[in-house]
Amino acid sequence: MENNNYSASDYKNSQSARWCPGCGDHAILNVLHKAMAEIGVAPKDTAVISGIGCSSRLPYYMNTYGMHTIHGRAAAIATGVKTANPELTVWQISGDGDGLAIGGNHFIHCVRRNVDINMLILNNKIYGLTKGQYSPTSDRGTVSKSSPYGTVEDPFIPAELCFGARGNFFARSFDMALQTTQECMVAAARHKGAAVVEVLQNCVIFNDGIHSYFADKEKRADHTIHLVHGQKMLFGKDNSKGLVQDGFLLKAVTIGEDGYTIDDVLVHDAHCASNFLQQQLAMMDGHELPLALGVIRDYQAPVYNEEVWRQTTEVQAKYGYTSLRDMIMKTHETWEIK
Amino acid sequence: MLKETNVKPIEKVVVRFAGDSGDGMQLAGNIFSNISAEIGDEISTFPDYPAEIRAPQGSLSGVSGYQVSVGKGVHTPGDEADVLVAMNPAALKTNLRYLKRDGIIVCDVDSFTAANLKKAEYATDDPVKELGIDPSHILLVPMTTLLKSTLADTGMDQKAIMKSKNMLALGVICWLFDRPVESVEAKLKKKFAKKPTVFEANVKVLHAGWDYGHNTHSSLPTYRIDTAQAEAGTYTDVTGNTATAWGLILASEKSGRPLFLGSYPITPATDILHELAKRKDLGVKALQMEDEIAGVCSAIGASYAGQLAVTSTSGPGLALKSEGIGLAVMAELPLVVIDVQRGGPSTGLPTKTEQTDLFQALYGRNGESPLCVLAAASPTDCFHMAFEAARIAMEHMTPVILLTDAFIANGSSAWRIPEPGDYPEIHPNILPTEILEKGWKPYDRDIKSLARYWALPGTPGAMHRVGGLEKDNKTSIISTDGTNHELMVQSRRRKVELIAENIPMMEPMCDADADTILLGWGGTYGHLLTAANQLNADGHPVAFWQFRYINPLPKNTLEVLKKYKRIIVAELNTGMFADYLQSKLPGKEILRINKVEGQPFLVREVVEGVIEHMKNNA
Repeated sequence: MENNNYSASDYKNSQSARWCPGCGDHAILNVLHKAMAEIGVAPKDTAVISGIGCSSRLPYYMNTYGMHTIHGRAAAIATGVKTANPELTVWQISGDGDGLAIGGNHFIHCVRRNVDINMLILNNKIYGLTKGQYSPTSDRGTVSKSSPYGTVEDPFIPAELCFGARGNFFARSFDMALQTTQECMVAAARHKGAAVVEVLQNCVIFNDGIHSYFADKEKRADHTIHLVHGQKMLFGKDNSKGLVQDGFLLKAVTIGEDGYTIDDVLVHDAHCASNFLQQQLAMMDGHELPLALGVIRDYQAPVYNEEVWRQTTEVQAKYGYTSLRDMIMKTHETWEIK
Repeated sequence: MLKETNVKPIEKVVVRFAGDSGDGMQLAGNIFSNISAEIGDEISTFPDYPAEIRAPQGSLSGVSGYQVSVGKGVHTPGDEADVLVAMNPAALKTNLRYLKRDGIIVCDVDSFTAANLKKAEYATDDPVKELGIDPSHILLVPMTTLLKSTLADTGMDQKAIMKSKNMLALGVICWLFDRPVESVEAKLKKKFAKKPTVFEANVKVLHAGWDYGHNTHSSLPTYRIDTAQAEAGTYTDVTGNTATAWGLILASEKSGRPLFLGSYPITPATDILHELAKRKDLGVKALQMEDEIAGVCSAIGASYAGQLAVTSTSGPGLALKSEGIGLAVMAELPLVVIDVQRGGPSTGLPTKTEQTDLFQALYGRNGESPLCVLAAASPTDCFHMAFEAARIAMEHMTPVILLTDAFIANGSSAWRIPEPGDYPEIHPNILPTEILEKGWKPYDRDIKSLARYWALPGTPGAMHRVGGLEKDNKTSIISTDGTNHELMVQSRRRKVELIAENIPMMEPMCDADADTILLGWGGTYGHLLTAANQLNADGHPVAFWQFRYINPLPKNTLEVLKKYKRIIVAELNTGMFADYLQSKLPGKEILRINKVEGQPFLVREVVEGVIEHMKNNA
């Protein structure tokens, strides 16, 4: 749905972005401007909150309200902004370090509470601003300045963390897939509640090519699958492959081979209350099974900020106190001294 | 009936109720102070409770105390009790040291069982003798026996019967202090409105206690407390924490900015969160966040969105919040931080009182990050200073740390509910349209106060970004320029200094012309004022002043202090405020009285300390 009231340039300010040439952040910023225009919420009613890191500089390139805050705390600050003024559309921009390492606690609790915030996690699997240390999403064995012999720890998979925190919206894209990224951002904004969008992103300086195995043009068809609610889970060149159920697990098949027909291919249900299948889809890593892109889960549940306001309004109406003094006089033991 | 006994009029009296955590000592103490307040007494209370929620029954560690002072000229819950109510041998043992030398003890003699004596680590089976108590000063009331016989025909079980033991003790106390049991009945009726049988049982027991006191011990001297002359108005009883919450609500009403609290439970500050959570009925949003950091950060977000934003905590929590507070300093957003001080460092003494967070409040952040620091002087002053903290934060666009402490936060006093016109309107520094239209930039400042303007999201044309990075003083975009940074550092400092134009002056009390001045800050007010009055009455002239505005200080502070020959700072730390003052008054030695025992001052400690300094610095 194109909204004609705003164009991408309405969300963009005159500052020129200071990221490294070739950094995925440039593309993501441009797509965000476009997504905001498509959503059509006025710049004055939009707030972009970030933490610290390369990607967290993003608010400075927006012509909206915004805060570039402190490391890891964007989700908590965004919770305050949204709960205080639910009229605002609130975006949180964090990298994998900001959002999932130092800010991991706020991330899971913001998701658990289901605060109506669009949480973009720009995941390049590395610390860029501090010049190349491994992050909580770096693969086991990653060699970096702080792991010269390779890491000896397992990474978080953001989707798994989101589901573990009882997330109701998860979408995934990567920096070069502009259309899909925009689609995910718009869906996140339309979803009521905490909406996590993971954008896998290249760091040309410290982690160049980390996503090449699925993101390179010639690899995308076989190593990714674009999920759309209500549509068959097809991928590969000419959609020749599909995902089918294999016991409790998923299996990639070629249609017409081994007795599989198009009827065996699963239909994506992003709105399903149970996240069982959605989790399996989100956990596909692009090696044996294709990496899932698009909106993987989009389930409507009670929204924190709405519940806070609903309860406050109800309690206020129930008691009808006109002021602090009125409340004290009516509920506390008082006595007169003349 | 009371005429038969020897009623001794005195101005004020201190009663300490001590028992197991489950003995209902706080309820008994509360009712006693409330019925006293209703007949015009000033009251002050102090709960002294263990950190453990339920230590083993009858054990020394499980004893909790509740001290109340009622009468005329009451500024503190009193140093030592005139009467100690001890519900078991453990309470008697641990609380005896709080009793005056000629004080009276009311004790449940039925609790002196072998098991209880063992739990309380007595060597003999006679606690009275073992503790060296004068038998003529102890009322050994067979409380359990009395309870059982009084409630024998009610059909209540043993456990239910024992629950009203506190009312038996209260009955005895009412007899001792000539307090009408009818007032207590009225309170009980309200409390047990939905449980008429419990109400009736408690009333029976209450009368039984009163009758016991009257019938058996008419020879002991009993007290009558003279009543005070208080300012006319409607009163209620408040604790410091409740008063803090209410002061913020009034500030919200007077500023038109909705109240938002982002907090995390921590002793002894949690009651502020509790009260504000209840006050959803007044539109307050109180969020219990996932940790202390999220508490302050959600408040910063709410502040950016245009609300009166508050976070409440105690020392360790303030440490966790310091980076967030630094962001509010840099983004120049209004933020109220309440620190209910407790014993530190680290987890320290969570339920005990200290004034040891002063340096943390003043200096506990990275970089040059000045902010406003205030301190409340008493439970009721928490209301006033919370209002002030909010007013200064929103008018001057700065974080404000309000220091209270466990003593005033948990203590209570009779409080006159402000009349509608008593407090001024607050004028938040919201971006005026005419300034926006002139090409406003986010770090433009009000010429007089140097405060940045508060541009609320949703305002057309005022879209702007703030953050932790230094900004150019003109364009408000990121700047690492050295000259600009220094200018911004100075502007932020000057902005905080200029708050001095908007706060009351220092006006020494007591004998202002004396050559010695006793100074304190925050929650020691009651003890220090009482000490200063006593010193003057005893022929040691002293002036006295309690600071509540710490940074900036009232603007005449240094000029006033220069007049005094001796400046003595008394505080519950090793000398933080004295050091702070010394740095501003290098030519004058600041004398000190310090205590760090997790307990308030005793008045006599301050009196003796002042006299000592007078002697040594003649």
